[in-house]
This record gives sequence, C-alpha cells and structure tokens, in this order.
Amino acid sequence: MEKNALLEVKNLTLSFKLSAGINHVIRDISFTLAQGETLAIVGESGSGKSVTTKAIMGLIDDNGAVEEGSILFKLNETEEVDLLKVDKDYLQKNIRGSRIAIIFQDPMTSLDPTMTVGKQIMESMLEHHKVTSKSEAFKKAKELLDLVGIDHPDKRIKQYPHQLSGGMRQRVVIAIALACEPDLLIADEPTTALDVTIQSQILELIKDIQKKTGVSIIFITHDLGVVANVADRVAVMYAGKIVEEGLASEIYYNPQHPYTWGLLSSIPSLSDKGSEILSIPGTPPNLINPPVGDAFAYRSAYAMKIDFEEQPPMFKVSSTHSAATWLLHPLAPKVEMPAILKERIQLYQSKRGQQHD
Amino acid sequence: MSYRKEQFESVTLQNTEQQEMLASNTGFFKDAFTRFATNKGALIGLIFITIILGLALIGPSITPHIYNEVITTNINLPPRIPFLENFGIFNGFWEGIDVYAKKGFDDLYYWFGADGLGRDLWSRVWMGTRISFLVAFVAVMIDVAIGITYGLVSGYFGGKVDLVMQRLVEVISGIPNLVVVILLVLVLKPGLVSIIFALMITGWISMSRVVRSQVLKLKEMEYILAARTLGASSFVIILKEILPNIMGQIIVMTMFSIPNAIFYESFLAFVGLGLQPPLASLGVLISTGYQSMLIYPHMVIYPVIVLSILMLSFNLMADGLRDAFDPKMKGF
Amino acid sequence: MFKYINKRLVWSIITLGTILFILFLLLQFMPGTPFNDEKLTPQTLAIMNAKYGLDQPFMTRLWIFYSNVITKFDFGISMAIQKNWPVGDLVLPRLGISVRIGLQALLLGTFNGILLGVLSASKRNTWIDTLATILAILGVSIPSYVFALTLSYFLGYKIQIFDIIFNYKDPFFSSLLPTIALSMFIMAQTTRFLRTELIEVLGSDYIKLVEAKGVSKFKIIYKHGLRNALISVVTILGPLTVNLLTGSLVVEKVYAVPGIGSMLVNGILTNDYNVIMMIAFIYSALYIAMNLFVDILYGIIDPRIRVAKGG
Repeated sequence: MEKNALLEVKNLTLSFKLSAGINHVIRDISFTLAQGETLAIVGESGSGKSVTTKAIMGLIDDNGAVEEGSILFKLNETEEVDLLKVDKDYLQKNIRGSRIAIIFQDPMTSLDPTMTVGKQIMESMLEHHKVTSKSEAFKKAKELLDLVGIDHPDKRIKQYPHQLSGGMRQRVVIAIALACEPDLLIADEPTTALDVTIQSQILELIKDIQKKTGVSIIFITHDLGVVANVADRVAVMYAGKIVEEGLASEIYYNPQHPYTWGLLSSIPSLSDKGSEILSIPGTPPNLINPPVGDAFAYRSAYAMKIDFEEQPPMFKVSSTHSAATWLLHPLAPKVEMPAILKERIQLYQSKRGQQHD
Repeated sequence: MSYRKEQFESVTLQNTEQQEMLASNTGFFKDAFTRFATNKGALIGLIFITIILGLALIGPSITPHIYNEVITTNINLPPRIPFLENFGIFNGFWEGIDVYAKKGFDDLYYWFGADGLGRDLWSRVWMGTRISFLVAFVAVMIDVAIGITYGLVSGYFGGKVDLVMQRLVEVISGIPNLVVVILLVLVLKPGLVSIIFALMITGWISMSRVVRSQVLKLKEMEYILAARTLGASSFVIILKEILPNIMGQIIVMTMFSIPNAIFYESFLAFVGLGLQPPLASLGVLISTGYQSMLIYPHMVIYPVIVLSILMLSFNLMADGLRDAFDPKMKGF
Repeated sequence: MFKYINKRLVWSIITLGTILFILFLLLQFMPGTPFNDEKLTPQTLAIMNAKYGLDQPFMTRLWIFYSNVITKFDFGISMAIQKNWPVGDLVLPRLGISVRIGLQALLLGTFNGILLGVLSASKRNTWIDTLATILAILGVSIPSYVFALTLSYFLGYKIQIFDIIFNYKDPFFSSLLPTIALSMFIMAQTTRFLRTELIEVLGSDYIKLVEAKGVSKFKIIYKHGLRNALISVVTILGPLTVNLLTGSLVVEKVYAVPGIGSMLVNGILTNDYNVIMMIAFIYSALYIAMNLFVDILYGIIDPRIRVAKGG
C-alpha cells in the first residue's frame, strides 16, 4: 500500500446476477484515498458509485459477486486488510461502524422510528465497546449532537426521529456515523434529499467535521456543483468505470473527458444569463451486455471509430490527473470543450483570481 | 500497440445505436400470470380444487348407489373399495371383523362406507361438496357485488354520504361476524336462503373498504383530469380507471372469501344452525358424523378431509394470486 | 392521546348500544315466547308482565329492556335450558372458564406464531421457512373443529395422554387440549403476518444503516426488526379475537367445556332466546373491548402516536 493511503481499491470488478443476465455493475476500477483527504465520486445513477461504497463495507446484496480485485484498508501503521477477503463477522465486529462509517441519502428513512435518537447514537458505541458504561455513552452522544449542530442536545437526545426535521435527522445520522471516531466516512449522496439551504449547511458541517477530526471522506454524488467546495480530489464514474480522476481544481478547470464536460455544462449557473443549459443526450448503457469500446461514445459528439473497437486506457494529463478517453491519444484530432463550458471556466478563473488578490 | 490514423476519425452518430431494452414490456396480467404459474403452492391448490370440483360433479354418478337412498340393512358399513381391498386397506373391516363377509355382501362396495341410515357416503360427500361450494360461491358473489357498489358509492360521492356510510360500516364491523350470523340464521330459521343471506351480510365490508380507498386515491388524481374533462364522463372514467386497477385485489379477496364462507357454513352446521335435511353439505355430514366419531370414524373422516383440502387449496390459490398480482400486498 | 382514547370509548359504547337495540328487535321477531309455558301460574305471569312489560307498547318495552340490561345486566329468564332461571345466573358463572381458555389460546398462539414468524423471516427460503409456511397455511385453512376433533381422537382417545373431556378436578391440565386446538389458527395467522411484516421491515433503509453500524445480525432482527414488525401485528389482534370466539363454540362443544360457548350452542339447540341474546351481547362486548385494547396498545407502543409531534 502507498505510504499515506488509508484505502486502496485495486481492479475491482463486481457484478449482479439478474434473471435477465449478469449485470456488470463495476468494471475494473482502481482508486486511492489518502488519510485526511476528501474524494468525491461523481456519476449518474447506474454508474456504479453507490455499489462501490457498499462493496467497501461488505453490504452487497446476496445476488452480487466480486469477480476480481481487492480493497486494502490500513488498520494501523503496520497492518492492512483486504476487505474483500474477510468474512462478514470480521467486518461487523471490526470495520463497520468502528473504522468505516456511512451516511445514507434519505434522512427520513434512515432512522429507526421506534428508538430515541440518543439510543441510536449510543448503539454503535456500546456495540463496539468504545465506552465502558451506558452513562458514558449518553454523555458522548450529547457531545456528538452538539458537534453536529443540533440545538438543545439534552432535550433532543430523548426524542424520536419523527420529532425532528429532515435536516436535523441527517445531522443525527452524521452523529451516529461519528460515534466511534471512524477513520473513513462514506457519505452516499447525503444532501440529495434535502432542501438547497439545508444542503449547504450539511456540506459545511461535513467540512467542519473533517477539519476537527481529520477523518477521511468519500463523497458520492451525481451533482458536481455540490462537491466543488468539499472535495480535494474527484473521480468521475460512468458505466462502471472511472473515466477521469484528478485534483478538484484540475477536474473543474481542466476537464478532459467528454462526459466530464457534459456534467460540468449541465450545472445551471446564475452567471450564464440566457445561455442554453446543455444536457447529455441519451441514457447510460445496459451493463448486462456492456459495450466493447468506450461506453460513453454512444452519447458523445466527439466519438471516433476506435471508441467502438477498444476501451481507452487512462491517459495521464498530469501527475495527479488522468482521463480514459481516446481523445488524449497522440493520433486523435485536437478537440475543444464546448464553448459554453470554456467561457464559464474562464469566468470562474477570473473570479478566483480576483479573490486571491 | 500501434494504431492507425483512420481509427481516430470521428463518427457521426445518427439515431445513436442505443441498445434495446432487454426486458420485453409485458402487460400487467401477463406478468401476474407468469408469477402465479411459478408458485408451486398456488398450482397445487389449483390442481386440487379442479380434482375436488370434478369429483363433486361426477362423483355421485360413478357408484351405483343413490346418495339419499336409505337402506336399513346397510347401516354403518365401513369403507370398501374393489381394487384397494387386496392391499389390506379399504377392505370393509371394522374392529377386526369383515363386516361385509359377515353380512353376506360379497358384491357390495361402499367406497366411503355407509352412514347411520345406510346411505352411500361417497355420493353424499360429493353431493355435499357441491352444496357447500354452491352456498359459498353464491354468498361470495353477492357480497362482492354489494361490497364493490358500497365502496364505489361511498368513495365517489364523498362528503356527507361517505361519512354516514362509513359510520354505518364502523358500527356494523363492531359486531363480531359470529354474532351476526348466528342471530340472522336464528331469526330467519336455518335454511339455504338464510345461510346464504347471513354469509353475505358479513362479507361485504372488507371489500367495500378496499374499493373505497382505491376510489379515494384515484379521485384525487382525477381532479386534475376532471378539470379538463366533461363532468358527466367522470363516472365512466373512474369506472374505467378503478376497476382495472382493483381487479387484482377483488379477485384475491374473492378467492379468500370462498373458503371463509365454506368454513362458516360448516361451522353453522356443527353448532346446529346448518342446512336442513334433505340438503346435506359437508358441514352437515361432519356434524352428524362427529356424533359417532369414536365408533365409526369413517363417517367423519372423509368429509373432513375433503373440506380441509378444499379450504387449503383455495387459500393456497388465493395466496398465490395475491403474490402474483402484487408481491408486496399485505393483509390477509 | 387521551382525546384519541375518549373518542374510541364513545364509539364503543354507541356500538354496544346499537347491538342491544338489534338484539331487542330480533327478540320481537323470534317465534315463540318464554311466557307461553302452561306451568306458569297467573301470579307469576302477572309479575313477569309487570317486570318485562310484555303488554306494553314497543318503546316502553325497549326502555325496560335497556334499563334492565344496563342497570342490572338482566337479560330475562331462561326458557328452555333451565326454565325460569335468570339467564345471568346460568351464563355468568361460565364466563370465567371460557375467558381463561381463550386467553391461554391467545397467548400460546401468539407466542408460537411470533417464534415461527421470526425464524421464517430470518432464514428465508430455507427449509425452515418452507416448513413454517406450510404449517401456517395449514393452520389457517383447516377449521378449528377439525383440529379439535383430530387432537381429541389421537391424543385423547388413541394415545391417552390428555383428557378427552374437561373436568373440574384438574382444570388446568384438561384445558390443554382445547387451548391447543383453539390456538392453531392464532399461531398460523400470526406467523404469516409477522413473516411478511418482518421481511418488509428488514428491507428498509434504517435496517441498512443499523447493519452499516456494525450491529450483530441477532440484534438487528430482535432489537430493531421485531420491534417495528410487532407494531403491525398488534393490528390483527382484533380479527384474531373473532376467531377465538368462533372457535370457542366448537372447541367447548367437542371437549364438553362448561363455558359460555357450549352454553350458546345449547341455547341454539333449544331455542332459548334469552340465553342466546345474553351470550351474543357478551361476545360483542368482548370483541369491542379487545378492539379498544388494541387501539390503546397501539398508542402506547408506537412512539409516533405516543409522543405528539413536537418542537
């Protein structure tokens, strides 16, 4: 494992058995997460992003099977473990909740309606023996409620989920995730189901928590706009593969893959007055019979013959930035990103320049 | 690996070759049919029902005996079946004695034995099945009709009408079915009509509730449509929209009501409120047979087995139908 | 929540009142009256006329009927079973044994049902699940009297472990067979319902989060799954009670239990209308009481109802 890495996913290939056939949901992906960093995995529904996180936690449904690959997790300075090779018992006792925690998308259904909020936070602490007594757990739970920004923790801790608003419930979910001070926090579309104003509050909270606790974060989303302020690095997924990855600034200011262009262009922006909103035509491919070449070619205006013949490898754009598109091959024609996108990026860069002055 | 320049020529995509939808779009009923056909329990239920109903139709005619003919010399004869008697079962033995031989009946066969009046139980059981089933079927059909109508009216008209109708339902359902059935049959004197009437009175409520909730749900959606359609055709629209949607649930509930009605009818017979002679349903047979159960078990065993299998099969089929129409549908 | 209970209470009382009215109406239509007996002396006849207002107009008789029931719980006198005895004296002493067996059956049935339901849902599609499902569907389909007869025949007659008839000398042991027979349907229905509920609950989002927290499978099923699923199972207690009532008639008859069920059967056989009325009323009252109990129970165990939405 790399020196600073907390999690290393290598050549992960995963599929689900359906009555219609085998669905190749994840097709050979690799990425690394360093300690203390925030990696955003961005993609449409069906891209495989959620399944990846479930694979890390070992929460795949029974009809799913890992065909290849490994997920290395650093236990401590000297030990690492391949999460795909241990049994569910090990995962339950040693990893889930205690070392890796997850936040789900819909706060309205993420909490047990028959248990108080406090008890649900205390549950993982007690289960993983992070505390020595119930009263200690209770105290810690109150502190956590405070940490996630819930008012009147002594009152709230005894309340039931239905007595809290959506935003508050999501904060509780975050508190539950942090209860055992995990090394890795997986946030699976944590703001998708919330109002825009609450969204930014939750994002701020997550950033804040990372500053305070140094926890590493994998942030799953379909919305590049949401991630802009939170991510250190971004990986773009499409049809079960990572098509582009790099530092956040590289992805936002120098995207190379047509899909990334499409994603960035489709973010509505207040500054483009009167311009069109670009959308990506078509739909993601069916992965029961995955396309032979570049899966995105069918929807791309820049498709070339070779896109239908062979899958593109990852081309390096910089030491931290790579993209899997034939457009980066020396023999490929020089292609420019859509004009609208180019303008927008120039606008942002100038604004950023102004800010730095 | 070396590549050729031509491979990097751009391709214009007209009508992007989207891969076709792999799963073909089948209709709702076709889907349901497939689900039903793969449900083992449901199929077993269906097979048994067919067998039993088939036997109910032709059973009495297979044997030479007439179902209500009293032959005092043949009373209490144990079961005897021609081919099987060679295997030591159904051989006309009772308490170790070959009753047929003793009485000199070499050529006489009573497949299910004879009852206390010398009547052939085989024919009686299948005649009884006919009656039990008919009573249940008629009662269920009527109460389904009432239930649907009540639910439609209550839900569609809403407002005060709905309020009153629902309050009525609340009070009626506060009285246990048992009480209603007993009282009704008591007052109207036990008989075919009174039993059907009593069964029908208690069954319609759950159907009306289901129909009503569907109407309410659809009414809400229809308001959007109603703004654009002519007022007069709303009723027809609702009829066209609701009925197909709840057809599945109606079928399932009907299927569940039939064994319920069969049970109630037999139960009434058991407590003395059953059909009067000469009509003999399975319940009546069980009720009379029970009295000599310890001495002549054959009189009660066969109607019991047929009744149980009938009810079991209907329940299995109804379960299967429910899963077929909506795998998530709860309730019972 | 008290407002909620009050409303239900009021409705229960209204329903009981309506039942009484229906019973009274039916009484008018019953062929034959208790007071045609030649053995009655003119004095007794006069007393009864005065007491029950038999020659009074409809409304007066209705009023007398209502007041008799409400104030003295007096349903008149027996016409056949024990002539001229107050019906209450015949029925009420028998209430205890019926209620006892009924409760035993309810407890046994629900306990077994919950056990089977949990096993079935947690080991879905294994042989345990199939077996439990088969047992459940058998229990639901086969009428209670078949169970009563079968148990009585095999366990009471052939292999003589149990008493075939209830006897006072050993009230508990001899109540076992009737209890078991009566509990079959309850167990079967509870199993089916709990299984469905539990499977649905175990598929919900919050269970996924609990699993992601690293909680053991055992705790997931019992601490989270069961708690949520049981709430819904409470709702079937009402219909189950009806089944208990129905079944008790048969079970008491088969095992000769001296309860109100067998008395009802007796009353039907002898056309003793007042007895039938009273027991019908008691049955209705029991059913309504159970429904009320379920409503209250629901309010207690579901926090969403118990704790009003606040801050």
